[in-house]
Amino acid sequence: MPSVMLRRSESGALLFYVAKKDLEATVDTVEKDSDEEWGGEVVLADGSSWYIDPISPPPSFPTTLRFKRA
Amino acid sequence: MATMTNEETEALIQEVLEVYPEKAKEDRAKHLMVNDQDPDKSKKCMTSNRKSLPGVMTVRGCAYAGSKGVVWGPVKDMVHISHGPVGCGQYSRAGRRNYYIGMTGVDTFGTINFTSDFQEKDIVFGGDKKLDKLLDEVHGLFPLMKGSSIQSECPVGLIGDDISAVAKKKAKEYGKVVVPVRCEGFRGVSQSLGHHIANDAIRDWVLGARDDDDSFESTPYDVAITGDYNIGGDAWSSRTLLEEMGLRVVAQWSGDGTLSEMELTPKVKLNLLHCYRSMNYISRHMEEKYGIPWLEYNFFGPTKIAESLRKIASFFDDKIKEGAERVIAKYQAEYEAVIAKYRPRLEGKRVMLYVGGLRPRHVIGAYEDLGMEVVGTGYEFGHNDDYERTTQDMGKATLIYDDVTGYEFEEFVKKIKPDLIGSGIKEKYIFQKMGIPFRQMHSWDYSGPYHGYDGFAIFARDMDMTLNNPCWNKIIAPWKQEAEEDEAIAASA
Repeated sequence: MPSVMLRRSESGALLFYVAKKDLEATVDTVEKDSDEEWGGEVVLADGSSWYIDPISPPPSFPTTLRFKRA
Repeated sequence: MATMTNEETEALIQEVLEVYPEKAKEDRAKHLMVNDQDPDKSKKCMTSNRKSLPGVMTVRGCAYAGSKGVVWGPVKDMVHISHGPVGCGQYSRAGRRNYYIGMTGVDTFGTINFTSDFQEKDIVFGGDKKLDKLLDEVHGLFPLMKGSSIQSECPVGLIGDDISAVAKKKAKEYGKVVVPVRCEGFRGVSQSLGHHIANDAIRDWVLGARDDDDSFESTPYDVAITGDYNIGGDAWSSRTLLEEMGLRVVAQWSGDGTLSEMELTPKVKLNLLHCYRSMNYISRHMEEKYGIPWLEYNFFGPTKIAESLRKIASFFDDKIKEGAERVIAKYQAEYEAVIAKYRPRLEGKRVMLYVGGLRPRHVIGAYEDLGMEVVGTGYEFGHNDDYERTTQDMGKATLIYDDVTGYEFEEFVKKIKPDLIGSGIKEKYIFQKMGIPFRQMHSWDYSGPYHGYDGFAIFARDMDMTLNNPCWNKIIAPWKQEAEEDEAIAASA
């Protein structure tokens, strides 16, 4: 369960950063991304997918969250 | 040699790898690649930030080098104690040329080596008592120092000393910051982890100091320069430009920086990040905790400077945007004259780089402004995010190498035959003896600054001075020259 730092890039895309793994990738899709909740399965541009229990209300970025490998 | 194609570069890599045993070949193959600007292709093929293999020659440093030498060392009004045997501090003392203003030994301490000089008894009985005494001495001898940091060397971690407890006790006793940094050299695979540890130490022990204090009068134009170590005065020539466009530079991290500047950084409006590799951690932290956006910029060469100034200005109002245009216009005549003078002398020359931090990608623009081409580049201790940022800056089919070994680098150079190599002091004399012009690009070969418009003029002069030095025609003795005339021309071209 790595800590993941999420932030907006200059272009507005969501960036997924894991310091320990040296991973910085753009988030392609988020399973639940609405005004009420955010989370579920998250698929990155490099093809890997991660999971977080949906958070309600959606968090404001940048923030650090704990993800699971999906 | 004309520009190589994808296949030719690929073949070159295979040829160089041929001498390795099977296992080493497999491992090293992952660290070498042909640049492809298509992001889908380039992403997966580079492996970086891995342990160097025993038996190959690497030029990497250690975690202590990353923390004491890079991040903490330049903070000028603090005493940085090299805690452990005497050598680590002594051989890294003042080598990086982080310039600063101040009276050394009175209110600034940048070039002084403070060490606890571990002896056998300290290893056997522990070094905490010695550290305690040492901190007493430091506080007594240097009353104007603002704080101290304890930079651990390998033995401290091995014998299990509790430097944090000593630091806490002494900080309370003297009312000054004492930062314990667990940057033992054996941690991690290169200096890169040292940067991270140092950033975390700043986060934990320094950054929050003024969280409840609003007495600092901020302006809407406050920025901090992070990841600029003022090598040969780099941060000063960057700062001038920022101030001319109307911004107020509150802090310099960490070249010519102070403890109080670091404590004030959470009050700024924008963090300007030059060396991404060594300070992205703290920038990310400040973005999350204080909501301060950060921006990577590049002050090498007029094209990138103009690009960066406009990018920085886009975070502010019209006054700053006009300021940026004004600054670019002001220096235009100056840098055009530099290009007019040196470009004809340097046009078409090919460069290979192998350095650390930000330079393998950042200086490419400056070379291109002079009409030169970077045909190979590599990081000593880069991570994947560095390589992702590099592919766009490099030309197609150029060579990229990670943690290149002494053998590989020499072979690449023999085959690619660049006109200039930019790397560190350990490579310098090998390549000079091979008859190839060389610049030591870690601390600008004792020159600098290279940042900003002022720095570009010096950069161009230095490259010209090195490349067009008449000595390169004298590598072969005159009596051998006639017989080897063809080769001589090729070697000195």
